[in-house]
Amino acid sequence: MMMCKEATRLMSLKQDRRLTFQESMSLRFHLTMCDACRQCDRQFSLLHRAGKRFEDELEKMPGDDGAGTGGPGRRE
Amino acid sequence: MTDEHTPKDDAAQAAPPTRMERLSAVRPRLLSFARLHLRNNALAEDAVQEAMMAAIEKDASFAGRSGYETWVFGILKYKILDVMRFQKRQGRLQPLDDESDEDAIDRQFQDNGRWQDQARPESWGNPDKVFENEHFWQVFDACMITLPDNTARVFSLRELMGLSTEEICRELDIKENNCWVILHRARLRLRACLQSGWLKEERT
Repeated sequence: MMMCKEATRLMSLKQDRRLTFQESMSLRFHLTMCDACRQCDRQFSLLHRAGKRFEDELEKMPGDDGAGTGGPGRRE
Repeated sequence: MTDEHTPKDDAAQAAPPTRMERLSAVRPRLLSFARLHLRNNALAEDAVQEAMMAAIEKDASFAGRSGYETWVFGILKYKILDVMRFQKRQGRLQPLDDESDEDAIDRQFQDNGRWQDQARPESWGNPDKVFENEHFWQVFDACMITLPDNTARVFSLRELMGLSTEEICRELDIKENNCWVILHRARLRLRACLQSGWLKEERT
């Protein structure tokens, strides 16, 4: 049976490439039984999204419609 | 004695910000991005400066398919990669064979591969709420800084610059497998750092 440490390897890999069928199944099986790893999986996904924050912020910058003069933004 | 309020004034007041204004408005954000990636203030300042110069020079080539800020951001990414390639040619980047942070990972797990009690991942709550929390971003940036240089470089190329692991391997001359191992470590370290630095404080 796969242990948590190995499960986190697959959770990380999932952010970078598509898992094989076998990898995906064994990860899913582990996640159904392990609450801590489910949290870790969410944390990795959140880290992935966090990396995109600069781009997300840019989309909130004023566009060509001239909706405002722009500022340093909320999350500075 | 005519009414001074003319349609022309209205137009002037509502004038959209010029490209230059938008460039200077986006500068702080470009700078914090470059700093987080290059981990060096002077290098970050230079990269942003060059990106802004290039944006002004190439202004005519902005096709307007993406937002102007996104376009400038794209230029900055190229500049940052240039800086990194230059450092690599100069031999100023450490080789990527750093195994020294293996301990930091092992400390999160017991010998049997289960989580250590004190490292058990806990819920961070609703991601959208998390992202609105300014303190989260402060801790995130601080945690990025604590990563070893090598680990941070790969993580940043992947998650900040949005390169695929295949592209990262080409940039850094490493095997994709190595890349995945480094990213796994980076994520485990970051999650542990965020959990202890951010979540614990949020609760007190």
